Amino acid sequence: MAKTVFMAFQRVAMAKGKYYYFFGFLSLLVVLGAIAYIDQLNKGQIVTGMRDQVSWGFYIANFTFLVGVAAAAVYLVIPAYVYNFKPIKEIALFGEMLAITAIIMCIMFIVVDLGQPLRVWHILPLIGTMNFPSSLLAWDVLALNGYLLLNAVIVFYTLRRLSQGKEYRWSVVWPLIVISIPWAVSIHTVTAFLYNGLPSRPFWNASILAPRFLASAFCSGPAIMLLILQVIRRLSDVEIEDRAIFKIAELIAYAMGINLFLLGAEIFKEFYSGSIHSYPIRYLYFGLHGKASLVPWIWAATIMNVTAFFLFLLPKTRRKFVTLNLGCALIIMGVYLEKGIGLVIPGFVPDTLGEIYEYAPTVHEFLVTIGIWAAGAMVYTLLLKIAIPVYTRKLITIELPVREHLPIYVGKLPCGQRGEDCPLLKAP
Amino acid sequence: MNKTPQHAAQDRTDRRIFLKGATLGLLGTTFLLDRAHASFWEAFLQKHYREMNDTEIKRVIQRLEREYEQRYGKAIKVGNQGPLPGVLFGYGLDLSRCIGCRRCVYACVEENNQSLDPQVHWITVLRFKRGEKWIDLENSEKYYNPQEVPEPGYFYMPVQCQQCENPPCVKVCPTKATWKEPDGIVVIDYNWCIGCKYCMAACPYGARHFNWAPPKRPPDTINPETHYLGNRPRYKGVVEKCTFCIHRTRKGRYPACVEACPVGARKFGNLLDPASEIRYAIEHKRVFRLKEDLNTESKFYYFFAYGV
Repeated sequence: MAKTVFMAFQRVAMAKGKYYYFFGFLSLLVVLGAIAYIDQLNKGQIVTGMRDQVSWGFYIANFTFLVGVAAAAVYLVIPAYVYNFKPIKEIALFGEMLAITAIIMCIMFIVVDLGQPLRVWHILPLIGTMNFPSSLLAWDVLALNGYLLLNAVIVFYTLRRLSQGKEYRWSVVWPLIVISIPWAVSIHTVTAFLYNGLPSRPFWNASILAPRFLASAFCSGPAIMLLILQVIRRLSDVEIEDRAIFKIAELIAYAMGINLFLLGAEIFKEFYSGSIHSYPIRYLYFGLHGKASLVPWIWAATIMNVTAFFLFLLPKTRRKFVTLNLGCALIIMGVYLEKGIGLVIPGFVPDTLGEIYEYAPTVHEFLVTIGIWAAGAMVYTLLLKIAIPVYTRKLITIELPVREHLPIYVGKLPCGQRGEDCPLLKAP
Repeated sequence: MNKTPQHAAQDRTDRRIFLKGATLGLLGTTFLLDRAHASFWEAFLQKHYREMNDTEIKRVIQRLEREYEQRYGKAIKVGNQGPLPGVLFGYGLDLSRCIGCRRCVYACVEENNQSLDPQVHWITVLRFKRGEKWIDLENSEKYYNPQEVPEPGYFYMPVQCQQCENPPCVKVCPTKATWKEPDGIVVIDYNWCIGCKYCMAACPYGARHFNWAPPKRPPDTINPETHYLGNRPRYKGVVEKCTFCIHRTRKGRYPACVEACPVGARKFGNLLDPASEIRYAIEHKRVFRLKEDLNTESKFYYFFAYGV
C-alpha cells in the first residue's frame, strides 16, 4: 500500500523535457504569486484594491467561479453513473480530479483573502468556534471540505482498484456517487446563499441567485473539462470518444440556455420595477453617475455567453472541434466575468451608505491570483501523472506471494528498476 | 507530442530527493519557531474571549499590556469591565440640530485609538441636499468639505454602528468573533477575528471597518484608558467598529461623540430606565431608525426635535 503510493509519487517526477518546461513555468508563476502574497501579508491588504466600501474583490470573485468549476465532476457523474452512458463513465474520473483541484484552489483563494490567515483554525469545527448553523461561511467550510474529501476518496479508491487490475466495486462506489451528486449541488447552493442571505445587499438578495449559480456552474466547469479532455487525448494514450465530448457539449447548451433565461428574468425584474434596489445592476450594465468600470466587461461576458449558447445549441457547430473549442473558451471567459467580478463587485456598489467606490484589482491581486491558478494547474497535472498510467493500465500492482504488492510497469518489468542499463528506455 | 512510455523508476535517487525535500520542509518550520518568541505562540493559541475564565483573561490582558508598552513606549491599561445589570444602551440623534461639523468623528478617533494612517473613522456624516430624496442614501455625500458648516440648502445625518438587537454582522461571523453583549453593545474580539470581512458585507450601515494596513498612531496620541472589547490598539487584518465607547459607558460616562457634539444633537442613555434621556426622546419625539425594513431592530434612534 505505502509502496504503491510512493511509486505513484515517483511517477510525478519522471517525464520528458517539455513536461519540465511546463512545470518550471508554473513554478515561476507560483513563486511570483507567493512573493506578492508575502508582501501583502507584511503590508496588509492595503496593497489590494479592496477598501471598506468594496470589502471583497478579485480573490472572492475567483473563489466563486471555482466553486462552479467543481461542478464539472457531477455533470460527468450524472450521465456516467446514473444513466450508465458508457463513453462518459470512462472519463468521469478526470472530472472528479478537476473537482478536487478546484476546491483546493477555492480554499487558497479564501485564505489569501483573510486578514489574519494564521487564525484560520478558529473557523474549523472542534478546535475553533465555528458559528454553525448561523453563518453560511461555516456551512461553506463543511460543504467544500466534505466535497473535497468525497471526491478524493472516489478517485483514490478507483485508481487503487484499477492499479490492481480490477474494476471498482459497485457497492463501494454507488453510495459515494449517490452522496456526491446532491453534495455538488449543495456546494453551489451554500455558496450562493452566502451572498443571497444578506438583505443589506439587494443585488445578491434575490432568490434567483442559487439557481443562476447552478446553471452557470454547469456551463463553465464542463467547458473547462472539454478542453482538458482534448489535451489528455492528444498527450496520452487515454482514449476518449468524440461521442462523450459532444454529449457534454450538448448538456452545456441546455445549462447555458437555462442560465441565460434566469439572467433575463433577473434583468426584467430589476429594470422594469426600477426601484432603488436596481442601482447595482444599473451600475453593472450601464454605469451610475458616470462611473462605469464594469460595463465593458459585463457586456463582453454577455456577448460571449450568448454566442457560445448558439455554438453549442446547433449540432453542426457543436460537432466541429474548431467551433466547439471556441464555444468552450467563450463560456469559460464569459462565466468567469459574469459570475466572478460581475457578481461580487456590484453587491458593494453603491455601498450601504450610497457611495460609489470603483474597485479595480491591483498588481498584487493579479499576481497572487495567477499564482493560485498556476498552483491549481500543477495539482491537476500531478493528479494526471498518477492517474493516466493507471488508467491506461501501464501502472498496475500485481499480487505477489510475498508480503507486499510490488508496482510494476507492464511490458518493461525487469529493466530500469535497479538503475541498470535498459534498452527499452532508449527507444525514440 | 510523442507518446513515449514513461521512464522507469530509479528507486534510490528518488528517495534521496524525497528526503531532501522533507528536510527542507522541516527547516522551514524551525525558522518559524526561531523567529517567534513565546508571546507569538501565546497570542496564536489564545482562546476565544468568551471561552476563557477570569485567570486566563487576566493573563491575556497582562500580555497585551506588555505588548502595547513595547510598541508604544507607554503604559496602556486594558480594562475588562463587564456589562452593568439592568442596562440596555440606546442612542438618539437629533437631525434637526446636527450641523455636520464632524467634531464627533474626530472626538471618536481621538478616544478610540483608530489608525491615523490610513485613517479609520467609526462615524460617517452624510450630507443631503434639501428637497431631494434621501432615505435611500443614494444621493448622500460623505466627502463634503466647505469652509463653514452648516451650509445653506443642506442637512446632515451621522451614521455609526446602530448596535442592532438583531445584528446581521453577528449572524454571519463564521467564528463567533463578534457578538452582542447583555447591555446591547455589539463587540469584536480583535484576537479572534480572522479578517474574512463577511460582517462588512452583512452590515447595512457601513459601520464596520477593516484594518487594511497595520494601524499607525504616534504614541503621544494613544488614549491609555482602554477596554479589551473596545478601544485597545488593534491589529492589521481585523475588523473594528463603534462600541458606544464601552470603556466609558460601562463606568457611567457618556460616549466621546456625545460629549463632543457642540449643538447637543446626540443623546445617550439606558433604554430600560424610564427616566433616561433616550427614553424621553423616544416617547416624546417622532423617532425613526435607519433601514427599518431590514428588521435589524437597531438601538440608534433618529428624530427631529424641532422643525427646521
